[in-house]
Amino acid sequence: MGNVDSDNGVKSGSAVQPVKKIYLWLGDRIFTTVVVALGITIILITLGMALVLFLEGGAALKEFGLFGFISNTTWDPAVQLVFGAWPFILGTLVTSILALAISFFPAIAVAIFSAEYAAGWLSEIIDNLIRLIAAIPSVVIGIWGIFILAPWLRDTVYEPIYFWTETNYPEYLSILGNPMGYGMATATIVLALMILPYTTALAKDAIKAVPKDQREASWALGSTRWEVIRMAVLPYARGGIMAGAILSLGRAIGETMAVAMLIGNKNTLPFSIFGAGATMPSVIVNEFREAVESLHLSSLMAIGFVLFLIALIVNLTAAYIKRKISVGGGQVV
Amino acid sequence: MIGVLSFATLVVLLPLIIIIFHVFIEGFSALSYEFFTEELGSPSRAIQNRATGLVHTIIGTVVVDFLALIFAVPVGIGAGMMLSEYPEHMLNPSLRIMNDTLNGMPAILKGLFVFVLIVKPMGTFSGIAGSIALAVVMLPIIARTTESALQSIPWTIREAGLALGLPRWRVVLSAVMPAAKGGLITGVLLAFARAAGEAAPLLFTSFGNNYLPNSWLGFIFSPTDTLPQRLYSLAISPYEQWHSMGWAAAIVLFGIVIATFIAARFLAKDKFSKLK
Repeated sequence: MGNVDSDNGVKSGSAVQPVKKIYLWLGDRIFTTVVVALGITIILITLGMALVLFLEGGAALKEFGLFGFISNTTWDPAVQLVFGAWPFILGTLVTSILALAISFFPAIAVAIFSAEYAAGWLSEIIDNLIRLIAAIPSVVIGIWGIFILAPWLRDTVYEPIYFWTETNYPEYLSILGNPMGYGMATATIVLALMILPYTTALAKDAIKAVPKDQREASWALGSTRWEVIRMAVLPYARGGIMAGAILSLGRAIGETMAVAMLIGNKNTLPFSIFGAGATMPSVIVNEFREAVESLHLSSLMAIGFVLFLIALIVNLTAAYIKRKISVGGGQVV
Repeated sequence: MIGVLSFATLVVLLPLIIIIFHVFIEGFSALSYEFFTEELGSPSRAIQNRATGLVHTIIGTVVVDFLALIFAVPVGIGAGMMLSEYPEHMLNPSLRIMNDTLNGMPAILKGLFVFVLIVKPMGTFSGIAGSIALAVVMLPIIARTTESALQSIPWTIREAGLALGLPRWRVVLSAVMPAAKGGLITGVLLAFARAAGEAAPLLFTSFGNNYLPNSWLGFIFSPTDTLPQRLYSLAISPYEQWHSMGWAAAIVLFGIVIATFIAARFLAKDKFSKLK
């Protein structure tokens, strides 16, 4: 509220009694204190989360060293008690970056169509549908993946490719991996489906935020509709669109349930395309409740800490890009 | 170009519509009377094909979700007020960064955080730990939507209030808040819709339970079932009957989330709110 003084209300004249003045001052004091305390709660929760994950993962980080923990490819909670996070970090990065790569252009296409071409009512329908789909809980996508998508992919996509490769190029079979339906490829496809509405909604907000003048100038120069979009709208919305894509990547990195249900949960390198893998969130979900060794538990917390750092970097990058390259952009909750 | 783009839109929306279609078909055929009246019990019940249901899960979900709202709404709205009404405060920029960071953090980490903070000292998984974890999921969303709802109220309203001699807190509570009511409720509903579908943080906090507790307090202070986390365990279980109950749980959960979401969208069209 700018620099309004807290006793502003009583400056008007002599009609106000001193008692009332104190009462007004006290009311504002109390209100400000409460509101600021609630704000500080959020600051404390965020800092506390980082601290808790760091401290709880401390034993593992001390045992293996931060770099050793990140780069070690062995995860053996049963025999040797050696914990390395690299298979999960790699699994997370591969699935989420591939998911973004698959879904980025389709998502932008939907955003452009809905924002620029579709009639008002159609745009409204697409918009509502996209946001509705973004609201489907992860576990619901997961159960659909387990019982419908994975068997279908196995029978109609993976096995034909596998058998074709087997007859023609058997030496490449290990890259493909066992086509059981649950694995890296399935998890990537589901991740792509899950972040697509999110990327679309953010891109559409960015496109909608491009000022009218920008388009009108382009129209006045005799551009066609597509030229207006390509040369006036998209460059302007670029920052918002890129920031949205990176936020979607962040979503994919943190996505837990659907991935844990579909990735097959194999804790060792090397990964193959159809074969099983694991991500940082999926290994935490799968092993946390069964972890009895304190070093195992601490290693899972340390994975949480690494996940925190990666998510932090992704979010800061998105914020930076948005501020740096663009004016437009909106928010999706 | 319009041809390519409209075709792309169709192709993209199709699998997403198929998901919704399957959830409805499979979910409705799996729903039964027993689903709402029986408890899950041990796996032997499923093997013997005796009637099982998720009544304890549904009640647990209601208890945990509403407790989460009770924790999250005051803090979230207060923080949103600080963001919107105290831009001059020293800590405001930090709050904005911290809130966005919290919003971007995977929900599973919020579960780990609450596990260390609540479950470990209490010595047991509990419904209340689950609701605190969900509250942490809701908080940054409520704070952000509150901020934009309050900021969509013109400054002239605040100036008018101050000119009348009202103190700042009266202006915020009696003039700005009522005007932003639609936007505030929308934000809370959106946060609820988001948190109600989360399973990951609940696995380490409310944990789950196959039986109805002995008393209402059992839902709060002992391990408690909730729909998302139960749906996960049902789906990865080896029993045919539990799979079909998983679908029934999916449609109930989907129904709750979608109903909340549609209500939020509907309210967002409120004349005072710019929120979408």
